[in-house]
Formats: sequence, structure tokens, C-alpha cells
Amino acid sequence: MMRLPAFTYLAPPTVAEAARAVVEHGGEAMLVAGGTDLYPNMKRRQFEPKVLIGLGAIRELRGVSGRAREGLRIGPTTTLTAVARHPEIARHYGALATAAGLVSSPQLRNMGTIGGNVCVDTRCNYYNQAYEWRKAIGFCMKKDGDICLVAPSSSRCWAVSSSDTAPVLWSLGARVRLVGATGERTMPVEALYRDDGIEYLAKRPDEVLADILLPPADGWTSAYLKLRRRGSFDFPVLGVAVALRIEGAVVRDAKIVLGAVASLPRSAPAAASALVGERLTPEVITRVADLAAGPAKPLDNTDYAHFYRKKMTRVFVARALRRLGGLDGEGRAEEEVA
Amino acid sequence: MKTRLSLTVNGETHEVLVPVHKTLLEVLREDLGLTGTKHGCELGECGTCTVLVEGEPVLSCLALPVEMEGRAITTVEGMAEGSTLHPLQQAFAELGAAQCGYCTPGILLTAQRLLEDNPVPTRTEIKEALAGNLCRCTGYTKILDAVELAALRMGRQPAAGR
Ligand SMILES: Cc1cc2nc3c(=O)[nH]c(=O)nc-3n(C[C@H](O)[C@H](O)[C@H](O)COP(=O)(O)OP(=O)(O)OC[C@H]3O[C@@H](n4cnc5c(N)ncnc54)[C@H](O)[C@@H]3O)c2cc1C
Ligand code: SF4
Ligand code: FES
Ligand code: FES
Repeated sequence: MMRLPAFTYLAPPTVAEAARAVVEHGGEAMLVAGGTDLYPNMKRRQFEPKVLIGLGAIRELRGVSGRAREGLRIGPTTTLTAVARHPEIARHYGALATAAGLVSSPQLRNMGTIGGNVCVDTRCNYYNQAYEWRKAIGFCMKKDGDICLVAPSSSRCWAVSSSDTAPVLWSLGARVRLVGATGERTMPVEALYRDDGIEYLAKRPDEVLADILLPPADGWTSAYLKLRRRGSFDFPVLGVAVALRIEGAVVRDAKIVLGAVASLPRSAPAAASALVGERLTPEVITRVADLAAGPAKPLDNTDYAHFYRKKMTRVFVARALRRLGGLDGEGRAEEEVA
Repeated sequence: MKTRLSLTVNGETHEVLVPVHKTLLEVLREDLGLTGTKHGCELGECGTCTVLVEGEPVLSCLALPVEMEGRAITTVEGMAEGSTLHPLQQAFAELGAAQCGYCTPGILLTAQRLLEDNPVPTRTEIKEALAGNLCRCTGYTKILDAVELAALRMGRQPAAGR
């Protein structure tokens, strides 16, 4: 059996106490919410914290509040199932409900939280393997080794940001509030990410993600498309999040953010600004989709060939825009290609 | 270091003294002798270890018992009433929806929850609900047929359809 390494478990009742507990235990402690990312990683000995600080008992971290008109607050320990089914989210922040509902499997969505999804570990074919497998190939720098097996001459790790909700939250203009042992700060969700497969989060270990804040939804529509091999279980190997504010038939504001193409979500600002002032005609869509594929530089370290994932970026951006423009309302939000 | 925990499984309360890092799957099988819950991948990738917690399907290989205190846990052993099988179990047996049977406990419990929420699911809804349960023998057609048959029977006999 693949068992968890030994740890002690704390369940503080408040965010402040959770943050203090991380500091008290130095580098030995980690936060855990649903555990659906952390426990498999611990079983594979990618993390071996001596102390786990469970966030499940903290009431202030749970639930969704507010109205789309003023903006919503999502508590980070809200499960992905609850986010996907929340009527206000589904109606006004559609891409977020879609993305949450496409994470892994129904059981994992009942356990996994949106906060854990925002902070989910980066992935790589050479890393998401059992300890013995990694040992047999001599380990890599993300854990236990010192070189990168995908790019051996590289001094950094290229593991891939694989969160479904992160690109969507960025495209929707979400902000996050972090509470640490010595204070708190609120920032745009994209400021949470670093372009590094190992140190992929720009937050201190004691900082607890305490709020996910969505701006007023006024006039925005959104879509999320996910590429993966099977229709369930699989992480995205490409995620495309598009949010548009359309007045009349003219795009007034646009955001396009790509997931699973780099160690952090990548926005496509040139493509987004090429949409502003335009109608969603087939010609505009083709031009914007070409521009959007520019920032996608997938490496050969996830499922599917990287050139195929790059090519699919253009296809998926075009599909998302067609859907939002009402050019084809049909079809599924996810793509499975055998 | 061991912790004393009180777990409510199939309506019965059990006191266990276990290391806190043992998963619910390990405690059910090794400490409570409830081996109906199967261990497959142990990494969240197959669904065979599914149990119901407060009626919701979750993966026992990724759940910590310390977080389950005070919550109602249902395993496959809790489905039959005495010697009367749950209509889902009956339908699975009659239609041969189990081949090796390894995925069956997780599928039965997930389907039980589906039929509570949605007594007359479409085939697509059944597939979506069971999307987190792999069958290595790949006998999916009979599994879907059996869930449909159970739904039909439970609709006719509300008493049996808990
Ligand atoms: C088989 C399988 C398939 C999966 N498929 C997908 C998929 O398709 N898409 C996808 O996006 N994910 C997928 N996942 C990963 C995971 O299930 C989800 O990302 C889930 O949302 C993680 O949430 P959690 O609460 O379980 O996180 P946890 O495992 O509890 O935590 C993950 C990380 O976030 C940190 N963390 C959690 N909450 C907070 C907080 N409030 N403040 C600060 N830090 C925090 C933890 O310290 C840890 O480092 C999959 C996992 C498995 C096992
Ligand atoms: S990108 Fe390189 S260093 Fe990072 S996990 Fe993969 S092989 Fe390891
Ligand atoms: S054993 Fe739990 S999901 Fe496979
Ligand atoms: S019957 Fe063998 S795994 Fe499903």
C-alpha cells in the first residue's frame, strides 16, 4: 500500500491561528484544505510535512456570499461541487462554474476546494510519479534531484500550472485576500503566480488564502474550454478562459487567459485588445485566435505532443469566441480527444 | 503517535485508536474489518474506494478519519437491510453488472446517492454521476443498465427505495 508519511494534525478554529501555527512550526508545517492535491503528493513523497494544519474547521473560510451586482466573495474552502452548482456563479460568472465542474471527478469535486485549486501544485510527467519511479530515473530538481529532465541545460523547473479555475479567475478580474502571521494583503489573483515550476506561488507559506473576491459581473459574459484526453479525472493540458463585455454587438472589453501552457496562467493581452471595438465576425475571431496562440509555449512534459497543444490553443480560443458571440451555441465545454 | 477517534459507520459508532496519518480507507479495512471498500490506485484516480460521507460520495483513500468525526459514513456493508439487498445490489447481481467486482462497491454507493437526488436519471445523467468510477473490466453497459433497472424498481416500490 502507498501510505501517507507520519505527521501530526492541527485544526485551528481561525485563520489567524492557522497562520501563526505555520510560523511556529517553521518549515515543517503545511496547510491543507480538501487534501486531494496534497495527499497524493505526500503518498509519492513529494511533500513530507511533519505538521498538517487543516483549514476545514475554520468557519470564516466557508461559503459564498454577496450578489453579482456588487461582486461575490467565495470562501476558499468552498468545495468545487458547491462552486459549480451555485446559481449566482453559474448565471453571472459562467466560466467559473464550468471550470469548477470540469475538475477531475465528481468525488474529487465533493472534497477538493476552490482555494486548493488556486494553489494546486504544478505538474510534469517526470514529477507526478511514485517515489520509486522518480528514484529510478535519478530524480529532478523539483524534488530530491538537481537537474531538469525535460530541459537538462535549464537552471529552472518548467512544471506546468494545471489549475482549471486559476485562468478563469484571472480573466474575471478576481482578487485574493491573503492573511499571514504578520498582516494581510489583497491583490489581483494573477499576482499570486510566479514563472517557476517549483516556487510557483508568490505567497509565504504562512499566508492563508482567506477570500476570493469577484468584481461586479455587470455586462460580462465568459467561457472556459478544457483540453484533456479523457472526459473525467484528467487535469487540463490546455485551458482557455475568455471574458468579454459586449455592448450592442460590439466588444467593449476583453480578457483571454490560457491555462496549462506554462508554469503560471498566461494572459494574451494582444489578442484581447484586438477584440476591443470589434464585432465577433468569423474574420475577427480568426485573427484574434492566431494572436492568442502566441503566448502559449507548451513544453513536452504533459500529456499530448506540445505542438498539438499549441495548435489547439488557436482552435479553442476561436471556439470560445464563437460561443460567446452566439455563432454556435452548441457543443460541450470540454474537449476530449482520443 | 496514535489518536483516539470516534467514527460513525453505517449507523454504528466505533472507537478506534489509530495513527492520525492513516487514511479512512486504511482504517475501514484494517481497523474496522470493513473490507467491502476496496483499495485501488490510492491516489484519487479510480473511485473504487468511494464511501458516502453525510450522503456525499468521497474517496476514502484521500480522507483523514480525524476530519470525519461526527459525520455519518456509509460503506457498501451499510446498503443491504438485513438479508434484503438494496435494489441496486439486486439489479447488479441479476444483470451481471459485476465482473471481477472490484469497482462494484464504489459504483453502488455513488449510484445510491444519484438515485436519492434524481430518482429517474437519464443515461447521460447516470454516466455523469459515475464519471469518477473506473471499471477495469470495462463492463459499463451492464452497469448503466443495472442502475436504470434499479431506478425503475425503486420508482414502483417507494418503500424499498430509501
Ligand atoms: C486524480 C486527480 C485528478 C485531478 N484533476 C484535476 C483537474 O482536472 N483540474 C484541476 O485543477 N485539479 C485537479 N486535481 C487536483 C485537485 O483535486 C484540485 O486542484 C483541488 O481543487 C485541490 O483542492 P484541495 O482543497 O483538495 O487542495 P489541497 O490538497 O488541500 O491543497 C493544495 C495546495 O494548496 C494549499 N492550500 C489549500 N487551501 C489553501 C488556502 N486556503 N490557503 C493557502 N494555501 C492553501 C495547500 O497547502 C496545498 O499546497 C486532481 C487531483 C487528482 C487526485
Ligand atoms: S520541468 Fe524539469 S525540474 Fe520541473 S518537474 Fe519536470 S523534470 Fe522536474
Ligand atoms: S483507491 Fe481511492 S480513488 Fe483509487
Ligand atoms: S467489474 Fe472488474 S473492475 Fe469493474
